[in-house]
Order: sequence, then structure tokens, then C-alpha cells
Amino acid sequence: MSDPIAATLQARFGDAITGVVEFRGETTIHVRPDAIAGVCAFLRDDEAASYDFLSDVSAVDVWPDEPRFQINYHLYSMTRNTRLRLKVSVRDGQSLPSVTGVWPAANWFERETYDLFGVKFDDHPDLRRILLPDDYLGHPLRRDAPLVVEEVEFTYNYDEVEARKPYAKE
Amino acid sequence: MSASVAPPRSISMTFDELKGLVSDRAFSGETLLLNMGPQHPSTHGVLRLLLELDGERVVSCVPDIGYLHTGIEKTCESKTYTKVIPLTDRMDYLSPMSNNLGYVMAVEKLMGVEVPLRAQFIRVILCELQRIASHLVWLGTHAIDLAAMSMLLYCFREREMILDIFEMVSGQRMMASYFRIGGLWRDVPEGFEDAVRQFMSLFPSHIDEYEALLRNNPLWLSRTKGIGAISGQDALAMGMTGPGLRGSGVNWDIRKAEPYSGYDHFEFDVPLGENGDVYDRYWCRMQEFRQSLRILDQALKKLPKGPTITDDRKVAPPPKEELAWSMESLIHHFKLWTEGFSPPPGEVYVSVESPRGEFGCYINSDGSPKPRRVHFRAPSFANLSALPSMAKGVLVADVVALIGSIDIVLGDIDR
Repeated sequence: MSDPIAATLQARFGDAITGVVEFRGETTIHVRPDAIAGVCAFLRDDEAASYDFLSDVSAVDVWPDEPRFQINYHLYSMTRNTRLRLKVSVRDGQSLPSVTGVWPAANWFERETYDLFGVKFDDHPDLRRILLPDDYLGHPLRRDAPLVVEEVEFTYNYDEVEARKPYAKE
Repeated sequence: MSASVAPPRSISMTFDELKGLVSDRAFSGETLLLNMGPQHPSTHGVLRLLLELDGERVVSCVPDIGYLHTGIEKTCESKTYTKVIPLTDRMDYLSPMSNNLGYVMAVEKLMGVEVPLRAQFIRVILCELQRIASHLVWLGTHAIDLAAMSMLLYCFREREMILDIFEMVSGQRMMASYFRIGGLWRDVPEGFEDAVRQFMSLFPSHIDEYEALLRNNPLWLSRTKGIGAISGQDALAMGMTGPGLRGSGVNWDIRKAEPYSGYDHFEFDVPLGENGDVYDRYWCRMQEFRQSLRILDQALKKLPKGPTITDDRKVAPPPKEELAWSMESLIHHFKLWTEGFSPPPGEVYVSVESPRGEFGCYINSDGSPKPRRVHFRAPSFANLSALPSMAKGVLVADVVALIGSIDIVLGDIDR
């Protein structure tokens, strides 16, 4: 275990820390969903940790495995020059606490995650879609979402496809 | 196949949707809601802002992005690792080399591949040229937004020389896709070093020219000094990176903090601002021109001889001539171009210092030849999210200066 902070977290948060993984020199700490905001606040404020910068928040869909969504938080410490990844696993429809109260930078990252995966963050100040239009249905980055949603029109099937389009009926 | 897009709705937001985004004064008509963009030249692409104005002062600013969303992260999941490279060029189209570098470095870390030193140095040379080219577009467009018309013409003149060098090495002026996993597509052609040297001999006098036009220009100073200041602490909390963060005095440059691709071989300084206003961000980028030239000079002097791509045949294709006599090479070639290679299951996050800040690349592999998830941490995305807090209280004309100073690329933001 390269980052001593993992042991500190385990001692402090007990079974809210569900695992520590080392891969290619990167430390990943698995955190229970309900504890993530507390863990983040601790990592930011603790002198020995001082993870003062949130690089990135993103999600991975491991469908068809369950729980299918893994939310990754990439932290960076300016003073210690180290990186850390926190990972939270949630089921479809399960929400997790927002970390916007800890790092305001999380605001747009969490909106993007919500937009593309449909993972809801509790207590987020402004959880709207960010990249896709407000009236878009579904969440395209889920593994079971098709890569191409709209049918491609060719000269031989133009009328046929056009008749199926939602606006054609009006 | 059923279409999953709902019938289009009126584009304007309802009052309910606006609640919480703008102040209550907007509903009584006390303040004015102004739409800016997406087809506005000073928004540098297709950024739309909803501005709430009290007279000429901005009360609140709500960015609306996504007009250029192309689903690149989704597309990556259906491609082999090598075929993702051209997609990365098309995100931040002003710094495709840095995007390439971030992505290939992430795959190299995932695969545990060593890159030959010559390839690393050429990568650094091209990335620093890219930084200069990107800053030139920024300077030209930023200045033209603030009515310094001639800057654009000068900047694009010099940028042309860099694009010619890119064309020389890769055949492409902008979307080079020159980096490969494990090294480079091929070695640089003859005359490359001379072309870079020639650019380096001309460019310092051009920087002086830009500074002569702007440094003591009262119009430029009054439009930039003290505008949109953000403290280092706030910039950090908002996730700002790159010259935007360094303009506020925070000394963080990934090239220094976590040297990659041989940056630890070179000496250079990290220019820092003090006030975090539009002028300091401008000043930082102007100094970065000179620092990039320093790195270029050292990299050319130290450029070693040797191979430009790894000899790990599981990642990089064998030389073409080997296919004629080596069965094993033929098999490797065939496997690489049909199936691709399979990294071990796991995840990596690699970040590089792009001209705009921290460009991060997260890859999650499930052990198959295609990535399960590729996520790009776009520097412009995080930098733009700090705009609402910077824009509070400035004049509406200064919003244009602010957008220019954080140097956004909408392709990068929307991906």
C-alpha cells in the first residue's frame, strides 16, 4: 500500500471503506455511497491528506454486473503532489451525496455524470442536464444504450424512415 | 429501431426552470435577461450565456453548453485502443497533440509500455509547438474581441509556420494523429529540425512585436487590468487549471509537478501572475511563449538518436519490410489491425499539461480489445465552470474579455 492515507481512512471510517486497490501505481479507495461526502471533506481538511484539488468526477457503467455504476473521484494534493482515486458503486436508481459542498468544482462534473449516466446526486445545487438537450430521453453513456439512436436515411428508404420520425406526424 | 428523442419543444425556458438560476429580481422585470450566443463571435465557438443584467452590470451568468456534443466518449467504447487516437484530436482542436499525448500515455501506462527516449523528446517538441500555436490563436482572438484587430493577422502568420511543421511530420495541419501507442507513427522527416530552428529564430522578435502592440496600450490595459479577478484559492476550488490558475498565483504546472514524457530533462520556469485578472492570465501566456522556446531549444539540442516506437510487438506494429520474411511479424501485424491488443483489466488516470490546463484521460479496461470506458477531463470544461463566479458584477462588455481570457475551446468542453 503506497499511500498511507488508506490506512488512516480505514481507521477513521471503519467499514465505510470497502476496499483498497493498487494498480499501476495508482491507489483506488472504495467508499460506501452514504460516506462519500464525509470522506471527501476529511481528505480535504486533514493535514496529512490535504487533497485540496478535485481533478475529475466521472462514472463507469459495468452493466450487466451489479451494482452497475461506479463513480470515480480523482483527487490531487497540491502540497503533497499525490493523486488518489475514490470509487463509489451504486445501483441503477440509487442516488449518492453530492460533493459540491466540499469542492465547488464538482458541480459541473456531477451534472455531466447525471446527464450521461442518469446517476442522481443528492443536495446538488443545480442538477440539470448539461451537454444534452433538456428534453433528451435516456442516458447515452450507459452500456445498454445504442451507439446510434437515430436511423440513417438513404435515398432508397428516405420516406420510410421519415415517416417514423417523431415530428413527421404533425 | 424506435427513436428515443422526444418531440421538439419550445427552446425558451419556462419561468419555473429559471428559478434558482437567476435572481428573483428578473421575474419582476427589475433586471434584464439577455441571451448571448451561441452564434456570437466572441464566445469562441458555440457557447451560449444567459446573462442577467442590472443596467450594464452582470448579476448572474448561466452558461449553456453542449451545442458541439458529439459523443466522443461513447464512440471510443466501440473502437480498439489504436483507433481512438484520431477521435482525441477532434476534441480540443487547437491542441490535438496534447490530447494525443494524454491518451497514448494513458494506454501506455495501462499496458506497461516503455517509450523510446527519441519518441518522448519529439513528443515534447511537438507539444510545445502546439502550445505556442494554441496560445497564438488565443492571443489573436482575445485581442480581436477587445478591438485590437491587427493582432489576429500577426498571430495567424506565425501559427502558419507551426502548422507547416505539423504537415511536414504527419501530413496533416491540424488533426495530426501523429502519436501512436508506444511511440510515434514514424520518425520525423529530414529538414524537421531546420524548420523548427527557423521558427525559433524568427519567433522571439514576433513576441516583442505583440508586446509592443499591447503592453503599453492604454486601451488594452483598461480592458484587462483588474477585470474578473479570482483568488488562487477560489480558482483551485472551482477546478481551474493551466494559465487561468497560474494567473492567480498558484504554482501548479503538471510538466513540473509530475514530469512526463521526459519533461524533467529540461529547464524552464513557470510564469505566475498575482491578481488573477484578465491581464495576469494574458501575461502568463505571453511568458509561456518564451518558456516553450526554451524547452524547444533544449529538446532539439538533446534529441537522441534511436527508434521512435517501442519494439513491443503486442502493441506496436512491426516494420513493414519485416512482413516479407517473418511469419511472426505478419501474424502480429494482422492481429494488431484486425483485433487490436487487450490490456489487463484495470483503470488508469493520466494527466498532461495542455495549453489550457490539466487534460486528464481515464481509461477503464475490462480485458477486451476495446475500452470499457474512456473519459476525458477537459480543461476548458472546468475552466468555464468558474466563469459564473468571475462574471458576477462585471460590465457586460467585460464578459467578452473574460471568455477570451479563460481560453475555452467548445470542442473540448462538449466532447
